[in-house]
Amino acid sequence: MRAPLFRGHGWKWLLCAPALTVLLLAASGPLLIVLVYSFLSPGNMGGVVWEFSTEGWFRVFFRRDIFEPDLVTWNQAHLAVFWRSIWLSLQTTLICAFLGFPTAWFIATRPPSTRTVWLFLITIPFWTNLLIRTFAIQEVIRNNGTINTVLMRLGVIDSPIQMMFTDFAVLLGMAYVFLPLMVLPLYAAMEKMDFRLVEAGYDLYASRLMVLWHVILPQVKPGFIAGSILVFIPAIGAYVTPRVLGGGRTMMLGNLIALQFGQGRNWPLGAALAMLMLVVVVGALVLYLRAVNRMEGARRG
Amino acid sequence: MAEKGYSVRRLPGFGLIAVLTFTMLYLPIVILVFFSFNAGPSQAVWDGFSLQWYEAAFQNRQVREVSIRSLWLAATAASFATVLATLAALGTTRGGRFPGQTMIYALINQPLMVPEIVTGIALLIFVAAIKVQTGYTGMGYLVAAHTAFCIPFAYLPIRARLETLDPALEAAAADLYASPVQAFFSITLPLLVPGIVAGFMLGFVISLDTVVITEFVKSAGQDTLPTYMLGQLRRTVTPEMNAIATLFLALSLIIVTAFFLITRTRGR
Amino acid sequence: MKRTIALAAAALMGTTALAHAEGVVNLYNWGNYTSPELLERFTEETGITVNVTDFDSNDTALARIRQGGHGFDIVVPSDTYIQTWITEGLLQPLDPEIVTARDNIEPVFVDVPFDPGREYTVPWAWGTTGVIVDTSVFDGDINDAGLILNPPAELQGRINVIPEMSDVMALAIYYHGGERCTTDRDVLRAVRDTLLEAKPHWLALDYGAVDSYVAGDFAAGLYWNGASMRVRLQNDSFAYGYPVTGYPLWMDNAAVLADAPNRDNAMQFINFILRPENAALISNFARYSNGITGSIEYMDDVMRDAPEIDVPAELAAAGRWGQACPQDVNDIHTQIWTEVLQ
Repeated sequence: MRAPLFRGHGWKWLLCAPALTVLLLAASGPLLIVLVYSFLSPGNMGGVVWEFSTEGWFRVFFRRDIFEPDLVTWNQAHLAVFWRSIWLSLQTTLICAFLGFPTAWFIATRPPSTRTVWLFLITIPFWTNLLIRTFAIQEVIRNNGTINTVLMRLGVIDSPIQMMFTDFAVLLGMAYVFLPLMVLPLYAAMEKMDFRLVEAGYDLYASRLMVLWHVILPQVKPGFIAGSILVFIPAIGAYVTPRVLGGGRTMMLGNLIALQFGQGRNWPLGAALAMLMLVVVVGALVLYLRAVNRMEGARRG
Repeated sequence: MAEKGYSVRRLPGFGLIAVLTFTMLYLPIVILVFFSFNAGPSQAVWDGFSLQWYEAAFQNRQVREVSIRSLWLAATAASFATVLATLAALGTTRGGRFPGQTMIYALINQPLMVPEIVTGIALLIFVAAIKVQTGYTGMGYLVAAHTAFCIPFAYLPIRARLETLDPALEAAAADLYASPVQAFFSITLPLLVPGIVAGFMLGFVISLDTVVITEFVKSAGQDTLPTYMLGQLRRTVTPEMNAIATLFLALSLIIVTAFFLITRTRGR
Repeated sequence: MKRTIALAAAALMGTTALAHAEGVVNLYNWGNYTSPELLERFTEETGITVNVTDFDSNDTALARIRQGGHGFDIVVPSDTYIQTWITEGLLQPLDPEIVTARDNIEPVFVDVPFDPGREYTVPWAWGTTGVIVDTSVFDGDINDAGLILNPPAELQGRINVIPEMSDVMALAIYYHGGERCTTDRDVLRAVRDTLLEAKPHWLALDYGAVDSYVAGDFAAGLYWNGASMRVRLQNDSFAYGYPVTGYPLWMDNAAVLADAPNRDNAMQFINFILRPENAALISNFARYSNGITGSIEYMDDVMRDAPEIDVPAELAAAGRWGQACPQDVNDIHTQIWTEVLQ
């Protein structure tokens, strides 16, 4: 019984089946509904009417001028929101990588007895709910908050620096909120790293930078990829952080979609925007994974 | 093997950045805790020490209920998700590529790629149809939705860990006539523990954070702490919220500490 | 495979089911809007326990109930949404056998356009959306929407606006002399241009801002009267203005859902909040008026004669009830709003 089960590929499917069942029922299946909705007409006060329409998709990219309905132009408001979301999310990922890599390294190079304690410490702030953490950040950077008060007491500045309600605040907030999603997978990869290779590198008189680049980075790459994906994707759909720290002055994609499902009462447009976001994310993901596979193929072959 | 030769592990500047990171992580939390003891209603102006906000939180029946429900939901969903994700990770990393693998990856990672608001709306429509059909309005829907949402978060660190494990160890076990199941429990699983712990913790955190999905899936009397707080967003956040957050932090700290101690003594 | 599904289903079903027992009523209300004291008194008097579940917007609540299978008994939507709730058959008429205290509703709130004669709903709380100003920063006339829409130099860059599309659009449309759901292009064009020009002067669009006003981060804003009152109680340089060009009035109303599992208990609760001493608890908690005759007697001292609660007689006429605009009009509003916030 053992042999056939573990020879073919069937056992792999068997192992994946429970997870896939839950996912199909509670994640992918319902998503099809969103796809269907993007091709329907908006209902009164939200919801949809079961009439086929491509208006939702049309409105994602184009707009009829409010005052001259015959004038059709690119919907640059939507494109601007799209671009801002992608750009802010990329920056967030970079910041998390910049802070997360040394931190994960720091934890992974502690003696095994204290390592778990450090790992523990990195996760503690994240036992607090996201909303609370966002409000906590707000207390630090607001005009009468900690940073401004300290700087003014020290005489470094005369009037408070406006940090709240800027892109900086949104970036800081997202990096703060998503950082453990970068550190934990990085750590998981580093913890299992083969340090003999690092020693070998130094034995061959390689500089620290060369060792970092040629020996360490390739080994922790799976962690890096996992971390980047884990950070980028919630960042691009972020809703709470831009609303609280950005002061709701400028929208990110999540806010735009929420607007259509809420006060905008245009569910098909919201559904189409959501689908488009999905396409962008999947596209980025495929490109990314393909590049990684190619690199790995080159290294192994 | 890696216990000696500390110098090779030191990279200049890394320690400093790590310390900065930890400071950045803790400063807002410290301030949050600090103002939960404020006598005044403000979160910026210190009016002296008081426990009044804790009293208020304790006397608030709703706060007690939503807190317990949140923790229960997070623990349940993260446990389910970790088990399912571990199985799936083994299926997708052992024994080479196979047909349909890409599709499995896509399915597993799908909840990551969809903004919460979309999953929320989709689930609302879907779940409501089931509720009307079956008449069951229990916590099962929230557990299922949270589990699905936690699976990719649990899966990624476990898989990252599995990929860095040396397959030669399992091959060696097989050479010694260990069955694959024996090899898994005596070789792979112990080595996998850090990945599994990381996966569970990520899942737990993600479940605690899930606002929008919960908001749309919940039935009467199923508010969790995040949806409760989202409801408060239109009003001012008082130090009562800080007090709740602090209590929550303390409570989960106790749970995690216990959890850590257990896995540490067993895992190593 | 089948077994896996069966096991998964069993695991899901095995978890706690919601109690439908006697002596329960499920209230679906805005967050931080329900006085715990009110619920305690109700339980003391009737033995019925109240479960509160929160929502964060009218649209969430409507979407939620529409889909069915929710288990709620009572909901508290805003005036502009009530018509939709009624026409879609989501509410049931109040039972005159149990809800006997309807005469307690202030006469002006009985024949309201959204529920003439109060067949379905009773007032929960009502208020105004006006202008809050730090008078130590700006000492001119504060009954002016222009403070937000065309801000004077001293307020520029220090303004907070609540992120409610309907309130902001209403204020701007009234400012340009239009009706709430106007399709007049000249008015809408002026509205768009005004908002586009005003937006760079706004520092934030934020709800929970009482602290930020008190601390001086914001010097002016579009805000609700009850919240403005809470600001003033902590920092008395703030005052609340009622724009003469027009400002939105709003009212949240309690109603019993058509498919309420605990209908009679729900009706009892509705009747309970119609008594002035109980309605006063709602007001004391959220700092809004409630529309029940005589309840002011039972309110906290700070509520009486508060300028945020007592609308000055000469400005009362400028207050206008909201209206849910038709889909095409709302669509134009959304487009303008998106353009402003892009």
